[in-house]
Amino acid sequence: MSEQKPQSQTVQTTGHAWDGDLQEYNNPLPVWWVYTFYATVIFALVYWTIYPSWPLGKGWIGGVSDITYVNSAGETRTHSWNTRALLLEDLNRAAITQKPYFDKVAAMSYEQIAKDPDMSGFILSAGKSLFAENCAPCHQAGGQGVIGFFPNLTDDDWLYGGSFDTIHTTLTGGRRAYMPTFSEVLSGEQIDQLANYVASLSGIGHDTTKAAAGDALFHGETAACYYCHSSNAKGRKDIGAPNLTDNIWLWADVPATDAAEGKVAVIRGVIANGLNKGVMPAWAGRLSPEQIKVLTVYVHELGGGQ
Amino acid sequence: MNFNFKHEWIETNIGLMAVLTMLAISVGGLVEIAPLFFIDKTIEKVEGVRPYTPLEQRGRDIFQREGCYACHSQMIRPFRDEKLRYGHYSLAAESQYDHPFQWGSKRTGPDLARVGGKYSNEWHVQHMVAPRSMVPESVMPNYPWLLSTPLDISDTANRMKALRKVGVPYSLSQAEFDANVTQFGETVARQLHIPDAQKNLVEQANFGNYDGDRSGISEMDALVAYLQVLGTMVDFSKYTDDAFVEFR
Repeated sequence: MSEQKPQSQTVQTTGHAWDGDLQEYNNPLPVWWVYTFYATVIFALVYWTIYPSWPLGKGWIGGVSDITYVNSAGETRTHSWNTRALLLEDLNRAAITQKPYFDKVAAMSYEQIAKDPDMSGFILSAGKSLFAENCAPCHQAGGQGVIGFFPNLTDDDWLYGGSFDTIHTTLTGGRRAYMPTFSEVLSGEQIDQLANYVASLSGIGHDTTKAAAGDALFHGETAACYYCHSSNAKGRKDIGAPNLTDNIWLWADVPATDAAEGKVAVIRGVIANGLNKGVMPAWAGRLSPEQIKVLTVYVHELGGGQ
Repeated sequence: MNFNFKHEWIETNIGLMAVLTMLAISVGGLVEIAPLFFIDKTIEKVEGVRPYTPLEQRGRDIFQREGCYACHSQMIRPFRDEKLRYGHYSLAAESQYDHPFQWGSKRTGPDLARVGGKYSNEWHVQHMVAPRSMVPESVMPNYPWLLSTPLDISDTANRMKALRKVGVPYSLSQAEFDANVTQFGETVARQLHIPDAQKNLVEQANFGNYDGDRSGISEMDALVAYLQVLGTMVDFSKYTDDAFVEFR
């Protein structure tokens, strides 16, 4: 054990004695500790003066520190320090660097943005982070989609159209796909015939006799598929009815099975059960018009837009 | 520093020490919490916030049962990065009918305070059943039983009565119903009427078909209905971006 400092004779003990001779000195607090304590008290007084602190009646003491910011109405306001005012000040500062770009986006036409090399760098980086946060949960990180749920955005097949304007409409207002449940109006045999016909349109192995019967159903009034998918089965972009002739599949997971019979079976499933999904949320309230415009160009560039 | 006071008195009297310790630590709590009941700007004056419908409330119960709050906060802080990712910062007013609130303190998953309307119902259903089929890098557990478990709706009214006791304005009498009509409008007031709780729940679930399966009402129906209303009650386009600065 290290050598004990000699205790001054004036230090008193606590007065207890245990086991006959065990006593405890009653030393004063170390000086550094006492002054640190006083320093924290002074710190608190200064802090209370600068920042909002004590409640006072129905309000509180705001402190002498102020924050000045410009609000969305363009008015310059000063408010005592708080995190909400601080956020606006922070956004004002960020706007100085970002605003010129967003102003340019707002002012330019889509064609101009797409051709401007300066803007395409901005679109790529701003669009990428917007896409990652808002679109990727459904359409996946690269825009490849999920068969059976969410469309691929990187191919040339556009359900509602791949022009700037239609992509903008899709983003702003959202979409909802619908196909009736045909098991309620058609027999299993008729659905099988239709599935074979749909398979034949994409060059998938099928039964030609059944496909011929399906052809008649497709263009007849019983099933009336041509109402939405049009007579040439290339779909209708105004209502989002898919092109059935391009061997690109969204709802029926045709690529998952190798056997032709399996492929026809999944098509049969979609015809029988119909679709009441394919909902895309509307982004008009959630994203700003400029952000939607950035995303429109970003998505357009992803899929070789039309 | 030679008072006639000896800390020995405290140190040798455990009862006195307990009382004084409690007094000392309750100062912190009192100073921070008590004034909130007297300050008139604690809850922002904002339109649109209403108590949950019976179906949403049942979804909220499931959210709590499954411990979603352990990984998901419902509190967007007033920081630039959070505004850009999640939207407008959360208001005290938006959780005024939450008992207990779901602000959370840890984010393993993203904040959910404004998840309502961000994704489609079918995304939520598929994501709950198999999260990695939608978000490959997700570490969220699978919750497949929500889709296969029928929602127990028998105690809906009792759950609302319990919340009414802690201040949520669900109505029992005609007078309370009328007061709700004045405060929230008739459509909302009907949803808050406890005697119609079960009927309202079934109607909303059947109309919304949140889980995509019309054969019955599952726990998924309730949970998705709840998630889809989160953060959607206040229309922030009606307010300037500094409308809530004066409340802090």
